[in-house]
Amino acid sequence: MAEERHLHEPFHEVERQEEADRLGMLVFLGSEAMLFGGIFAAAMTLRLLHPQEYIAASGQMKLWHGTLNTAILLTSSLLAAVAVEAARGNRPLWARRALWAAVALGAAFLGIKGHEYCLEYRAGVIPGLAPFGLRSAFEQLFMNLYFVATGLHALHLIAGMVLLSIAALNRRAQEDVHAVLIGNVALYWHLVDLIWVFLYPTIYLAGAAQ
Amino acid sequence: MLRLLLVWFSLMLLLGVTLGAAFLPLGEAKPWIAYGIAAAKAGLILWFFMDMRKEGGLLRLATGAALLWIVFMITLIAADYLTRS
Repeated sequence: MAEERHLHEPFHEVERQEEADRLGMLVFLGSEAMLFGGIFAAAMTLRLLHPQEYIAASGQMKLWHGTLNTAILLTSSLLAAVAVEAARGNRPLWARRALWAAVALGAAFLGIKGHEYCLEYRAGVIPGLAPFGLRSAFEQLFMNLYFVATGLHALHLIAGMVLLSIAALNRRAQEDVHAVLIGNVALYWHLVDLIWVFLYPTIYLAGAAQ
Repeated sequence: MLRLLLVWFSLMLLLGVTLGAAFLPLGEAKPWIAYGIAAAKAGLILWFFMDMRKEGGLLRLATGAALLWIVFMITLIAADYLTRS
């Protein structure tokens, strides 16, 4: 029986085992959310203490890069969810295609983010690399926050792309109708998306009308 | 599959709304609207993409706990800075 092969100690029921698999992943993702929670708390503190300067600094950000990247990540999340549904519906080929498409969108996100970093390098607004220093102490603070937040997010995105690729290369994972591996990898990818959903108003939208 | 597509369409719609709202003269309400829409997007992702709608109480509790602690942290920090004279 496929069900019995799938089952391993100490579980006696597939349902319990699946719940434990997902619980482990969700608790880990909870700790990741805490990590980014600290960054959001720092952003809120900056904004509460210096509301005008925060909006002015956010206004310097590349709004269209950020918006396009939000759309890309939301779409890649759809593809990850489609991969899980395809695996559960016993359609391994579609699961594989959806996983690779999500990886491709992740690469597109990184390309756009890289372009944005390049423009910021040329504009001389990267703390530590700015030839004439930043315009104000607050801009320095905001740019530090921006690079820590988006840099840490990009590292998570790269890790997510590696995990998606592992799932896309693993035939057994795609043929598993319980979608254990693909399901957990997709959960991680959705978290990367969730964090960006909140980074978008924090970094880009605050000063959009400037 | 159709449900997932509808959720994606709603997410894109919300992205358009939040982008548009950022250019409107909404004053003090602006961050509330931006983060309100972000929370709505997060809700859709959690409920449909992350399959919270199918999960039992244990997994919903584990996910909700993480969000609850972040809300506590943000609220307490805001309470400090907003009440300083």
